[in-house]
Amino acid sequence: MENLNLVLPEIFISLSIMFLLVLGVFKKNSSKITFNLSLFAILITAIITINETFSVSRETLFNESVVIDSMSSLMKIITLIGGFLVLVISSSYLKTFKIYNIEYPVLILSSILGMMVMISSNDLIVFYMGLELQSLALYVLATYNRDQLKSSEAGLKYFVLSALSSGLLLYGCSLVYGFSGSTNFDIISNQLNSNEYVLTFGIVFILVGLAFKISAVPFHMWAPDVYEGSPTTVTLFFTMVPKVAALTVFIRFLYVPFLNLIDQWQMIIVFLSIASMVFGAVAAIGQTNIKRLIAYSSIGHIGYTLAGLATASNEGIQSSIIYISIYVVMNLALFSCLLMLRRKDQYYEDIEDLSGLSKNHPLLSLCLLVILFSLAGIPPLAGFFAKFYVFKAVLEQSMFFLAIVGLLSTVVAAFYYLRIIKIIYFDKEKDKYDTDHSLWLKFSLTVSTILILLYFIFPSQLIEVVSRINII
Amino acid sequence: MNFPILSSLILLPTVGALFLFFTKDKEGNNSTAKYVALFTTIVNFLISIYLWISFDQSTSNFQFVEDRTWIEGFINYKVGVDGISILFIILTTFITPLCILSVNNSVKNRLRDFLIAILIMESFMIGVFCALDLVVFYLFFEAGLIPMFLIIGIWGGPKRVYSAFKFFLYTLLGSVLMLVAIISIYWIAGTTDVIQLYELGIDAKYQNLLWLAFFSSFAVKTPMWPVHTWLPDAHVEAPTAGSVLLAAILLKMAGYGFIRFSLGLFPVASEVFTPLIYTLSVIAIIFTSFIALMQEDMKKLIAYSSVAHMGFVTLGIFTLQQQGIEGSIIQMISHGLVSAALFLCVGVVYDRMHSRMINSYGGIVTIIPKYSILFMLFTLAALGLPGTSGFIGEFLILMGAFKDNFLVAVIASLGVILGAAYMLWLYKRVVFGKLVNEDLKKMFDLNRSEYLILSCLAVPTLFFGFYPDPLINTIEVSVTDLINMHNTNIASK
Repeated sequence: MENLNLVLPEIFISLSIMFLLVLGVFKKNSSKITFNLSLFAILITAIITINETFSVSRETLFNESVVIDSMSSLMKIITLIGGFLVLVISSSYLKTFKIYNIEYPVLILSSILGMMVMISSNDLIVFYMGLELQSLALYVLATYNRDQLKSSEAGLKYFVLSALSSGLLLYGCSLVYGFSGSTNFDIISNQLNSNEYVLTFGIVFILVGLAFKISAVPFHMWAPDVYEGSPTTVTLFFTMVPKVAALTVFIRFLYVPFLNLIDQWQMIIVFLSIASMVFGAVAAIGQTNIKRLIAYSSIGHIGYTLAGLATASNEGIQSSIIYISIYVVMNLALFSCLLMLRRKDQYYEDIEDLSGLSKNHPLLSLCLLVILFSLAGIPPLAGFFAKFYVFKAVLEQSMFFLAIVGLLSTVVAAFYYLRIIKIIYFDKEKDKYDTDHSLWLKFSLTVSTILILLYFIFPSQLIEVVSRINII
Repeated sequence: MNFPILSSLILLPTVGALFLFFTKDKEGNNSTAKYVALFTTIVNFLISIYLWISFDQSTSNFQFVEDRTWIEGFINYKVGVDGISILFIILTTFITPLCILSVNNSVKNRLRDFLIAILIMESFMIGVFCALDLVVFYLFFEAGLIPMFLIIGIWGGPKRVYSAFKFFLYTLLGSVLMLVAIISIYWIAGTTDVIQLYELGIDAKYQNLLWLAFFSSFAVKTPMWPVHTWLPDAHVEAPTAGSVLLAAILLKMAGYGFIRFSLGLFPVASEVFTPLIYTLSVIAIIFTSFIALMQEDMKKLIAYSSVAHMGFVTLGIFTLQQQGIEGSIIQMISHGLVSAALFLCVGVVYDRMHSRMINSYGGIVTIIPKYSILFMLFTLAALGLPGTSGFIGEFLILMGAFKDNFLVAVIASLGVILGAAYMLWLYKRVVFGKLVNEDLKKMFDLNRSEYLILSCLAVPTLFFGFYPDPLINTIEVSVTDLINMHNTNIASK
């Protein structure tokens, strides 16, 4: 008998989704209660995850198609926390647009379920199932503000392009299956060797599909449009949670089934990394919409996490995970600020709207200052340490070119972050924004900013958690 | 373990800044904020004086060392001082209260935020001079960009945005290569602890590249020709207190870095690249002196003179002679006092006339005599008149240079003459001559706080000019040891 306790989080969250759907259908005006119950469900799932799986070093279930190890449990917890915070700060935004409906929490929960399946998948089929579950939920979320043209456009674009990438991914999977005779990662890992050239196509297709999901250059085209068009809270969800899940799968693919083929994929990852870092830095300079700018900056940040992956070492993987965790916190903080730019039921998204913010809202501006300098990677803020660990791992493998290009692109990226700071601090002020924000929004901004600001006092804790992850 | 005196030096200004954050200032009345800031920095100065008194001058070992695990198995938070760094710490704690005193007139709006920025800046600057771990050093070195960027950008002049960006991006670009080098050192030598690295030494085949990476950062910060162009912009646009911090302390970080890291860690590479430094220094001295001659703007002129003076400093450091290095350190301290004073002098007339152009002044000696006397003193100190601290520095540097390379020394000596030319000409045009501009008659002489600030700077300038022993005694053993270590390293290679 399998130890079902290990998948209890997934079971619990699926049951909650079904219950919430039934509740939503049969009870009128149940938005508020669904929201609260889904928050509760995520919280319990997180607690179960910590209790049941956090101490497990590595176990497999269901004919080794699901794996529970320290990476999967850590990433699941990050996913759950991210989902919880997104849900909790969404309400006032959704109410403003009159889309405060039961579907929203249910969709978020289903996509989280999909991601959790993805994160612990050890089998091509299980992985694909999880991926599609999360993608389908995300398509709907992108169009969630359906009365707005931009939102519908974003959803459609995302659907078409994502379906294409899923197709590529599936094709790659079938090629890999053809060469290895199994869908199980561990078996594939033993069966594959680098002599078969057609296999390289399979790997490339899979990598392209995954690169699309994490929006690495040159498969990033969808990101700016989708990020701009989607409702802001959904954009926040996009920039945080699916990336964590996709990155985990990326790590899993590279270091379990394709471990013996490092020569084949290392150059690809290095290229993706360099292209993303450089493009993300350069393309963000001309943007005027904050959400588009965040899209490009997130492309750049994904480049840095990929740099860690390209090293083919445990330190590299760990540094990538540290990077993405710190990035999630910074993004949460940035979006909390963005959600505070509200005046008379209208949200503002242009960089120009930040003009002179420091005169009327000194505390909010101070938070933004900390967040932006941290995103730019200036010490002693958390963003610096994220980059520092990545480059430490990269230089350990003597990949000097990657390190130097990466660091130089941080200088370019610093320019556009500085530009926002300039607009906030040096320019003329505009009208005041509303200050009656929900408590949760203030809470998430305060906590994330303090984490960023004071990370340097306790840098060891995060490393300790992550250092248990030994994939290779 | 004794009382962590260095950490408290680093932390105290930040704590003061936190206090300031919670003070409430009414419109137009910021006296509370100012007193808090002043109190903090003066206490910090007294602590640093205590540090100097209890400092043991007979050894070159690092003292007051604190060593704590920071990132498990990787970086230790390690701070300590030797004869070289202690002087810079005192310079920092001495200049900062004067900066805060001087903000009376120059900073009109958001004084509290300005003081917070200055206090945080002080923390970072002290941290740079204490750090005994490369990563800790880098952290403080880079972190200083944030407050300085804001000081220039928020409270600066009309072209402040351009200058702030230029300052930030130039420095960042220089520094990222240093980060690569620091991490590489970790992988090559297995530690980033400076004391251990001194003992272990770094494999000679890596030294050249590592040296160049550090050089890229320090050259921008010094600034050396041809990457000096951010400095005049930053100085001209920054508010007076910002210029003072920039000239007096920020530029010294690089000189300090050259001595501590470039010489100490990469002895072989330092020998290899000495001609490069000589060339750039001599160009800086001669070329920027000529540029300084042509300036119309007083602040710009002093900014270029800073570049020339820092040229002397880099020249002196890489003579690798006892006199040269000691001269460089004294020159840095002296330049810290004198350039601070000169920027404050410009600030004084700027606050009254709102012009920095030389040609809008002239003949003010009869209107504001006290000011003219003090300005005269600092002008003479800047050109290195015997009896001022500037002389000691330049003299020792040239002495070291003559021992090492006659030609370079001769050319550099020409720079002294040029320095006298542009400084005296500046003084003549501003203070003497005919009183053409009628508005100048309305000017009033130094008020109490200005008088206090400038006298505070004048006293050490003259004192160390006549009696440099306290400085030389403090640094002597450390410098001797540095050179001995360098020579043994070279000999063993």
